[in-house]
Amino acid sequence: MTSELVNGKGLSLVPKTDVKQGLKDFKSDQEVRWCPGCGDYAILAAVQSFLPELGLKRENIVFVSGIGCSSRFPYYLNTYGFHSIHGRAPAIATGLAASRPDLSVWVITGDGDALSIGGNHLIHALRRNVNLNILLFNNRIYGLTKGQYSPTSEVGKITKSTPMGSLDRPFNPISLAIGAEASFVARTIDSDRKHLQSVLREATAHRGTSLVEIYQNCNIFNDNAFEQLKDPAIRDDITLRLEHGQPIVSASKAVVRAANGGIEVVAREGVSDDQILVHDAHNPDPSVAFALSRLDEPAFEHVPIGIFRQVDRPAYDVLMAEQLEAAATQKGPGDLSELLLGGDTWRIS
Amino acid sequence: MTKQVQQLDRVIIRFAGDSGDGMQLTGDRFTAGTAEFGNDLSTLPNFPAEIRAPAGTLPGVSSFQLHFADHDILTPGDAPNVLVAMNPAALKANLGDLPRGADIIANTDEFTKRNLQKVGYAANPLEDDSLGEWRVHAVPLTSLTVKALEGFELSKKDAERSKNMFALGLLSWLYHRPTEHTITFLEQKFAKKPDIAKANIAAFQAGWNYGETTESFSVSYEVKPARLAPGVYRNISGNQALAYGLIAASVQSKLPLFLGSYPITPASDILHELSKHKRFGIRTFQAEDEIAGVGAALGAAFGGALGVTTTSGPGVALKAETVGLAVTTELPLIVVDVQRAGPSTGMPTKTEQTDLLMAMFGRNGESPVPIVAPMSPSDCFDAAVEAARIAIKYRTPVMLLSDGYLANGSEPWRLPEISELPDISQTFTTEPNGADGEFLPFKRDTETLARPWAIPGTPGLEHRIGGIEKADGTGNISYDPDNHDLMVRTRAAKIAGIDVPALDVDDPDGDADVLVIGWGSTYGPIAAAVRRIRKSGGKVAQAHLRHLNPLPANTGDVLKRYDKVLLPEINLGQLALLLRAKYLVDVISYNRVRGLPFKAEELAGVIQDVIDSDQ
Repeated sequence: MTSELVNGKGLSLVPKTDVKQGLKDFKSDQEVRWCPGCGDYAILAAVQSFLPELGLKRENIVFVSGIGCSSRFPYYLNTYGFHSIHGRAPAIATGLAASRPDLSVWVITGDGDALSIGGNHLIHALRRNVNLNILLFNNRIYGLTKGQYSPTSEVGKITKSTPMGSLDRPFNPISLAIGAEASFVARTIDSDRKHLQSVLREATAHRGTSLVEIYQNCNIFNDNAFEQLKDPAIRDDITLRLEHGQPIVSASKAVVRAANGGIEVVAREGVSDDQILVHDAHNPDPSVAFALSRLDEPAFEHVPIGIFRQVDRPAYDVLMAEQLEAAATQKGPGDLSELLLGGDTWRIS
Repeated sequence: MTKQVQQLDRVIIRFAGDSGDGMQLTGDRFTAGTAEFGNDLSTLPNFPAEIRAPAGTLPGVSSFQLHFADHDILTPGDAPNVLVAMNPAALKANLGDLPRGADIIANTDEFTKRNLQKVGYAANPLEDDSLGEWRVHAVPLTSLTVKALEGFELSKKDAERSKNMFALGLLSWLYHRPTEHTITFLEQKFAKKPDIAKANIAAFQAGWNYGETTESFSVSYEVKPARLAPGVYRNISGNQALAYGLIAASVQSKLPLFLGSYPITPASDILHELSKHKRFGIRTFQAEDEIAGVGAALGAAFGGALGVTTTSGPGVALKAETVGLAVTTELPLIVVDVQRAGPSTGMPTKTEQTDLLMAMFGRNGESPVPIVAPMSPSDCFDAAVEAARIAIKYRTPVMLLSDGYLANGSEPWRLPEISELPDISQTFTTEPNGADGEFLPFKRDTETLARPWAIPGTPGLEHRIGGIEKADGTGNISYDPDNHDLMVRTRAAKIAGIDVPALDVDDPDGDADVLVIGWGSTYGPIAAAVRRIRKSGGKVAQAHLRHLNPLPANTGDVLKRYDKVLLPEINLGQLALLLRAKYLVDVISYNRVRGLPFKAEELAGVIQDVIDSDQ
């Protein structure tokens, strides 16, 4: 697995190390300061234990974040890191990744950071296909500012700033990303380390922008937001696993084509195998992936988890570098004195 | 008939017409011919923000003024000697600037009843006595052009569009401009439409021949080449010089240039220019907004690039938070502000110096930023290199304050030898700097107070930076009160300690009582006004600030040496506020915010008044 990944084109331009790495190599000396019980701990541990698997030179990994609880993440990783300003991490990471193809650049962001103040940068990074792994920690609440509703909070959310209930219809981050021309879109959950790491594995192998929405529990301001997906009594029934080439089913449900041309979730019993929709994450047409992203509406009755979309498209840094190369090949490398002398000159002696 | 040739030492021409009449192109070509001929020159394009305002109306008037001389000049000139008015609107909009006795070349074909009504002329001014103070040359430019192009298979509309070239030909004859360049230019510009190229060239030549044969023009004028310092020259606008300066800074610093930018008037041409030079390894990134433009530039700087963002005032407002992040993370960054009339959208194509205090203070917290302001179009080149020098050496964002007048104005530029350019290269930190072999990202150079610049990819120096206050040395998050006080003071001391050249004073006899001081693009008009005062026997000293933060160390001494200090600014006294606060000197402000540069005559009057006043 590891060797295949290292040779995968997602990381082909990032230098490898021969030194064997472990979890400890990626822990910084800083004390981790999230609330006890926060889902961020699980994600941090999952990432720290996953990174050694990549076999990359640690100095070529950079974590960039915005503002919010999740955005403290870079301080706890012993790589290069940039804790920036609210919403702007994708923009800052774009400049870094576009000019340094030899880096593995990660963006750590939350639902407020990525979808409110930074919504514009997120969608433009996705359409450009900048070589970034964007981990969007979605807890459906504002944590660091102490509990206001977020752009992924459900309608009618009672919070400090919405005592009579929020009025805004929430974003679905997966739908938004697919609509923004994303080439890699996935969803996972903080409590399932194995699944989380399997998604990260594919995300890092993808060259271009990979957006990974991670359902993350905020036990202080929005506890149990994703309880249905964790409750052993029902989780297997409502979780629809998305695996490329596999039928889309939960323990008791299946996704089939609907009479109206869309897709729908039906009881698995009584449905023949050839009626069940087979997941095609590589389909260039995003419409089925988009339809899948709508299945959790309205109330988390069935929630697709996994990779919605994974298609090949040239990464932004490669396209940019190709233009520089083409210019240098066609006209020769830049010569300052020739540049200044270009155009109409005259000599005064 | 042999026509008379009259010698002049300088001429100011203004081409004015509708936005669609090609006046900027006409002015550009006349300028190119003038530069080639060897005159000193200075230009002032003036055009509406609307791409095509309603034809024939006053808001739609676009003009281009050119001052050329047989000696060195400093401004595009106060008042035109010649106005080319392509329609009644152009005449009406510009007549107020025209001194008595000036020439008006008017395109009679456009002086129709309807066009006259559009701008409120009850009667045709070319036919009554209302223009008696001026020398009017009524020329049917449009119909002459159409007639000259009869042999071409062109629609009437296409033929009429060449009337600007007819006018250019006529003016080229009138002032003995060389023609080869314009012909070559038209061949190249319309290489894919040879018929249009030929028609334009024919119109141009017809205009020349018209001047040669018609009796409307009995005199032509010669302005001898100027005696400028020896060297190789080209004509250059401020935006182009600034773009070239950034390229030179990239070459001289050995850092790849990364431009993150969002289109905005009047700064967009820097983005356009830099995007043409990818063979220098320049990455130009047209971002989704102003914030992303500066963010990407800062991200690239973190990765070891020369990060640059270009914008105008409204864009600077949006970038403020990211500039603050660059201040506290202490990364090199160049923020180019091509100032325009504000507030808010203001007048996008008009010039102003109203962003100085925003550049100085427009961020939250104590966040000092060095400021460099070019003084002429060609100085934009040197100012860009200087901004890069400071950014790289001191690891700080630098504000480069150009303006609309410098951006679009042009002048001859003596090309620097590459060997004359400063070496501004710095090496990245590659070794740990702590006592125990650890890396301390905020351990500073004792002389410059700059922190190490260790870029991703450097083994052993992995570190985290960010917007939260950092502990001195380690850079770890710190909320310690004394540490914050120390870091605030240290960042301020770093900027205050930047080495900038001393302020030069031009005071030929050393006995002037009045000092006139300025900054940025007002240099030309101030210096021209100072010349006028001295020519008439007056005494006045002049100093010009290219560095606004920190100010040159001797600024206070210079100000206190004079009885009176006059400071003209195209704002309501922003630098005056700073100088008064810092040096307790009773600076006399002169302020106009009309979206236009000062005129030399106007400033000469102001200086004379200050000299004459008893206070």
